[in-house]
Amino acid sequence: MIWVLPAVVGGILLLVRRAPRLIAITTGFATLALAVWAAFARPRVRFRMIFESGFAVDGLSAVMIVTVSAVALAVLVFAAGELREARFYGFMLIFVGAMLATITATDLTTLLMAWEVMGAMSYALIGYWWRDSWRVHGAGVAFVTTRAGDLGLYLAAGVAFQTGGGLAELGGSGRDLIAGGIVLAALGKSAQLPFSFWLSRAMAGPSPVSALLHSATMVAAGAYLVLRVRPLLESTGWAVPLVAWAGAITALLLGAVAVAQRDLKQLLAASTCAQIGFMMMGSVAGGMAQLVAHAAVKSLLFLGAGAWLSALGTKDLAELRAAGRRFPLVGICFGVAALALAGVPPLSLWVTKDLVLAGAGSAGLVVVGLAAGVLSAVYAVKAVVAVWGADAGGNPRGESRARGRVGGLAAGPMPVLAVAAAGLGALGVPAVFGEWSRLVGDPGAPGVSVGELALSGGLAVATAAVVAVRLRRTASKAAQPGEDARREGVAHVGAAVPLFAGWLGLENAARALVWDPMKRLADALAWFDDRVIDGAVEAVPRAGMALARIARRPFEAGMDDVVRAVAGFAGRLGRLARRPQNGQVHTYFAQAAVGLIVLAVVIALVR
Amino acid sequence: MLDLVIFLPLLAAALLVVPGIGARWVWVAATTADLALTGIMWAGYRGGIGYETRLRWIPSVGAGYHVGVDGLSLPLIAMSALLFLLCAVYSWRETARPRAYAALFLFLQTVSIGLFAALDLLLFFVFFDLSIVGMYFVIVGWGHGDRARSALKFFLYTFLGSLVLLLGFIGLWLGGGTFDMVELIARPPAIPAVVLLAVGIGFAVKTPTVPVHTWLPPAHTDAPAAGSAILAGVLLKMGTYGFARIAMPMLPTAWQDYAWVIIVVGVVSVLYGALVALAQENLKRLIAYTSVNHMGYIVLAVGAAGLVSGAAQAREVAVSGAVTQMVSHGLVTGALFLLTGVLWDRAGSYEIGRFGGIAGTAPVFTTMMAIASFASLGLPGLSGFIAEFQIFTGVIGAGAVVAGALSIVGILITAALFLRMLHRVFLGAPGELRVSDVRPFEVAAVAPLLALSLVIGIAPRWLLDLVEPAATAIVSLVSR
Repeated sequence: MIWVLPAVVGGILLLVRRAPRLIAITTGFATLALAVWAAFARPRVRFRMIFESGFAVDGLSAVMIVTVSAVALAVLVFAAGELREARFYGFMLIFVGAMLATITATDLTTLLMAWEVMGAMSYALIGYWWRDSWRVHGAGVAFVTTRAGDLGLYLAAGVAFQTGGGLAELGGSGRDLIAGGIVLAALGKSAQLPFSFWLSRAMAGPSPVSALLHSATMVAAGAYLVLRVRPLLESTGWAVPLVAWAGAITALLLGAVAVAQRDLKQLLAASTCAQIGFMMMGSVAGGMAQLVAHAAVKSLLFLGAGAWLSALGTKDLAELRAAGRRFPLVGICFGVAALALAGVPPLSLWVTKDLVLAGAGSAGLVVVGLAAGVLSAVYAVKAVVAVWGADAGGNPRGESRARGRVGGLAAGPMPVLAVAAAGLGALGVPAVFGEWSRLVGDPGAPGVSVGELALSGGLAVATAAVVAVRLRRTASKAAQPGEDARREGVAHVGAAVPLFAGWLGLENAARALVWDPMKRLADALAWFDDRVIDGAVEAVPRAGMALARIARRPFEAGMDDVVRAVAGFAGRLGRLARRPQNGQVHTYFAQAAVGLIVLAVVIALVR
Repeated sequence: MLDLVIFLPLLAAALLVVPGIGARWVWVAATTADLALTGIMWAGYRGGIGYETRLRWIPSVGAGYHVGVDGLSLPLIAMSALLFLLCAVYSWRETARPRAYAALFLFLQTVSIGLFAALDLLLFFVFFDLSIVGMYFVIVGWGHGDRARSALKFFLYTFLGSLVLLLGFIGLWLGGGTFDMVELIARPPAIPAVVLLAVGIGFAVKTPTVPVHTWLPPAHTDAPAAGSAILAGVLLKMGTYGFARIAMPMLPTAWQDYAWVIIVVGVVSVLYGALVALAQENLKRLIAYTSVNHMGYIVLAVGAAGLVSGAAQAREVAVSGAVTQMVSHGLVTGALFLLTGVLWDRAGSYEIGRFGGIAGTAPVFTTMMAIASFASLGLPGLSGFIAEFQIFTGVIGAGAVVAGALSIVGILITAALFLRMLHRVFLGAPGELRVSDVRPFEVAAVAPLLALSLVIGIAPRWLLDLVEPAATAIVSLVSR
């Protein structure tokens, strides 16, 4: 139940809004301490919410809660140097609480709840600067896209109801539906193909948000879920290869997308998709190692990018030239992380990537994985060269928000993360890995061979060297003709391919294939509702009125005419009858005489 | 006790005839007392039919004044009592004929609570029709826009529906020889399925489901905010409550035979309501159509409860979800309509395109609207999720996997439409119309609804423990 602490403090912070930074950092520390305690004590609670639910910490989740709490603390400390509003810290803490709840949930219902709350908090955080319409739009795209994946989880939870919904006992008759639903949700949350585009949109949030969402939380949750329910996926026979190939293709294609980006945050975002792809490919132990190492690396990279964004007011690779030299501490930490991302020995991702590939089922996956590894070397080195390249003069076109310095709070967490980013490769040492795989519940996971390490390390170093040399050459060449080209520097590399620069056109495809048809259908139905259904309803009283008019014109009026004719006749008779009554006695006498004569005639005739 | 809860508001309304008594004080005091009594009733409820009263009324046709509460009606009575109190708070500043306004709402409160407590078909029908009359006067007297026309449409349409319902009730009487619900439930009359058709149409109009829903958008658009909140929060529940209370247990065989029809109507309402809502440019119409969507979930759930081949446990979850959804929808949509009333009060418009960036001038208003929207789109941690998740689980578990999967898509569409609305109205650049922030009495009226939605979303057991036995009973009755 350690998620309660950040979630409740976050909720209170949203209401009270006092001393947010102090409270947030204190809570971050307390959460980390609790997480470490829980990793050893392994607490477990059961309760009845809708159905039987619970939270528990096992080996796999112990690793994850410590990772998440540590990264969250680092990000909160960094953020304290940048943002002051209580709203931000409130959402951040609830977000962390939701992530921790997702990790420790023991059944699909609580998992789904935490999972969706995390999505909603990401909406609030990505759209944090809500006055900018494009940021809010990005947040909406992110939420709706991930929720589209979440529908799978709803379906899985519904089908799993028969078996009680506990994560450990998933299976039974609806096994394939459950597995399919979970895979869909995981791919959506982890921004794997075809959902990757939302991660690009998620960059609209503040940098600390990106650092948290795209390292240990949110996107990592999908990979974690896939690793968590591995027994279920294996039992279906099709789910494991499907997930592995989805991850592999994402690693490859989004690696190419990352190479083509000219915006540092976009480059990092695409590389996140690619690196998460690796987590989907191998054994549980390998995937977890990759997840933890990547969390340290990527949070550090985003913090570096965020530090420069607020110091220099830019995240454009061309304008970040020599940023590493101006802020050496940030630059060195960023450099370490980027080289780790490139897979350069002896840094962490070099080892963990090979741990993943050692557990990959087929040779095809290994080949694709190696190719994706080469791409990660290309984009990582592109970023390093961009920030460490010689300053070609010319001031960056900074935004007005630029501060020109990086504060102590902001820089503080970076060296710690850099140590982790560099050193987590130790997980690959056979003795350590043996312990590790037992810890995460995957004993006997294949370790990494020396040959493999040499191959991938060699590939990474060679690629990195070639790219670095070529980039410097193009940069110095480009420096000749003029100011504009000099600005471009390394940023243009790969950007020439619009397909990759534009994230494979995924968002446009989703818009054209899903959103536009749905909106058109909605408009058509609204028209149908107004005109046809309501039209029919409105037609009823109109028809009634028409009937009434018919009843009035020929019938009612006809009857009336008859009545009126009768009345007129009676009136005329009356007038006729009035005529003799003129008040003159002699006429009355004459009338009486005539009457008597008529009477006498009648009597005479009747007799 | 129950009789006092039912008639206390009416007594208070009678008190308003005395000149010189402050209408709003009487109104708030009476509704507060009524809510407190409901709370006491909840605390003292011990299962079965509680607080029963049975009086002679028209013995010649077997109709009597027979009321009582159980796990199905008690949550709805409590929700209604709360919503009426908050509408009284919200209308604190009502200046147009406040005395008549208060009296009308108090009258509606008696009618609504009486309907949920009624255990006699004729009594139920009287309350059912009086609710239409009361709401007609609310719309025509205190509405805006084309209110006379909307009110007339509302009245004629739902009144026609209630006449069909009456035919159905007469059918039940012909078969069972009594109007007493308890007796009719104990010995379901053997009558043709056409009676279910009549009863079904009557309740479907009130709920409303597609395609008999088109009275709802204009009625909501032109009603005053408190009227909309009551209409959506309480009056719509009379239809779905009728399905669960009358149609299912009294016509179990027909219900089982035609469960698939009800499921189809439910799924169509879910998807159709959500899609049409997505296309709306008028905020109140948008919310009105989401009501069609949310009521669709309830219809789907009670339909799935009739699938006797499915697991009984799953069907109980579906019915429990349906009842939770009735409560949740009352809270959340009540809050949404009260909040749109703020827009009308400040700017005199509901046109989505004319607003923008309201968060800048009205942060508290925006926060409340955002919470209500997320509750309505079924975010976990708020009541809508608890209800809808039970419905999905129950429907899928009962065997209607395709219907369940289709209805899940509904929550994606509602997510898209609410985020789009929030974006266009509350976030981004400022729009044409200015909106100032909520006043204390508006916060006092809306915040309790959202807080309760949050409580149910996080810790729903206190509610589910009351609802689940009733759901079990209904499922066993409909399975006969």
